[in-house]
Amino acid sequence: MTSSLRAPSGAGALRPDLAIIAANVAPGSRVLDVGCGDGDLMAALQRDRNADARGMELDSASVATCVSRGLSVIQGDADVDLADYPDHAFDYAILSQTLQTTRRPDLVLEHLLRIGRKAFVSFPNFAHWRVRLSLLWGGRMPVTRLLPVAWYETPNIHHVTVDDFRALVATRGIVLERAWFLNGDRETSAAAANFRAEHAVFLMSR
Amino acid sequence: MADAALLHASKRLTLPDPLPLDSGQSLAPVEIAYETYGELNADKSNAILVCHALTGDQFLASNHPITGKPGWWVRMVGPGKPIDTSRFHVICANVIGSCMGSTGPASLAVDGAPHAMRFPVITIRDMVRGLVAMLDALGIGSLHAVVGGSMGGMQALSFASHWPTRTRAALVIASAARQSAQNIAFHEVGRQAIMADPAWENGDYYASGKGPEKGLAVARMAAHITYLSEQAMHEKFGRRLQDRPDGTRGAKTFGFDADFQVESYLRHQGLAFTDRFDANSYLYITRAMDYFDLAEEHGGKLAAAFAGTRTRFCLVSFDTDWLYPTAESRSVVHALNAAGAAVSFVELSAPFGHDSFLLDVPALDRVVTGFLGADR
Repeated sequence: MTSSLRAPSGAGALRPDLAIIAANVAPGSRVLDVGCGDGDLMAALQRDRNADARGMELDSASVATCVSRGLSVIQGDADVDLADYPDHAFDYAILSQTLQTTRRPDLVLEHLLRIGRKAFVSFPNFAHWRVRLSLLWGGRMPVTRLLPVAWYETPNIHHVTVDDFRALVATRGIVLERAWFLNGDRETSAAAANFRAEHAVFLMSR
Repeated sequence: MADAALLHASKRLTLPDPLPLDSGQSLAPVEIAYETYGELNADKSNAILVCHALTGDQFLASNHPITGKPGWWVRMVGPGKPIDTSRFHVICANVIGSCMGSTGPASLAVDGAPHAMRFPVITIRDMVRGLVAMLDALGIGSLHAVVGGSMGGMQALSFASHWPTRTRAALVIASAARQSAQNIAFHEVGRQAIMADPAWENGDYYASGKGPEKGLAVARMAAHITYLSEQAMHEKFGRRLQDRPDGTRGAKTFGFDADFQVESYLRHQGLAFTDRFDANSYLYITRAMDYFDLAEEHGGKLAAAFAGTRTRFCLVSFDTDWLYPTAESRSVVHALNAAGAAVSFVELSAPFGHDSFLLDVPALDRVVTGFLGADR
């Protein structure tokens, strides 16, 4: 959906957050990728992890691309159509770079953990120091590498920080199993992640 | 008319056994007329069955014997096309109840007279039973895919639901798992138009050589409107007036001739249809569609229609199709998800309404190519 970090299709060219997710999905799992774009992660999971991957994507051209790659993808909106999936139908539900574009991120998160036994969520961290500086010194909504679109046309309607997300997860009684933080394309430490990480990936369960 | 179809059907087979029907009756003898395109491979694993729509026929990618027009899906089926006949053995059969060589109301019953209204009322599942019996006769155990648009999509859903081991994939375009009240209503208008024509003669018009052509034409006119979109009609005709046969410019006649181009077009569509279609077949096939409700066949739960299926599904709808709108496809997708099936779904943007599945929609070509080409 927001594809600022989208890598070209093909083996070994996954976006960094997707590479982390792909490396941490147990082999042979059933996976639902919500906001699957052109299906790069699904293709990698099927190829490298022997996963049974299904996808959901809002954009019809991207769905057509996925189907033409032999992937099982339905056109749908995370805010509306996740309700159609039965409980625990998947081992993992994945939402990469999409949470901040949904109308109700909290409800979407609940659905992910209802449909999947575990959920991966990745998002750009709005509290990264570069974003803070932009707002502090410029007094303008930040336009950065990970948030490349001006405020009036960005699909990101619910900006979120690492600490916001941790707080939401805590209040909902969700178990945070693992977290990964990215600075540029590299993993960075969890220390002061809310300040230093550009991008976060969380693995959760109930 | 039906005789002409019999003469031209290039392949026909007679089913070895009577065909049991949902009504409790059975039909015998049953002949199935079909066409094939592309070679069947040695292990008979590359067959694709294409199911035709209400007034369609087996002439998928070859010229129609009566109209002389190219096959109805020639843009989709052929060497190097989305349904690639250099790779797949493509079969398309005339459904029972129709009039292009397969057994229908115009066919002769055992007493030597046409069945006419003695023909049993059939269902979509009965049509598919006939197709499965044909595949049995051809020695084809499992299809690479079953494909259909509109009523063909209903058959594809019925096939995949009731004979799940007989196909590895199902492609369902501009269709539904049940006929809506609105669509039943349109069909009823068509049937009443036919039956109100004195020439219908309670269905016994075959000996007279002239059937209820006026009624059938009106039925086709009404149905044709439902196949288009308001936008497509506006762009094609607007409020433009039809030039007179003597070449004078179109003008309002202050009468009831076909002043508007859209009237002239519909009249032509209605009239041309009577050359190639049997009115009783139109009654029987629309009835079969009206009766179609796949959930009802499974205790009211559509998901139960697909329980445990290993078939891959792909559903496609069009944003301007108000006859089989996207919500119908979505409810099938919902059920397939609940059943844990491998399903793809996309709503494509195309201006042509329901007929989009027959027309130039490049995105549809991509989806069909990709879905049928994938071997998972």
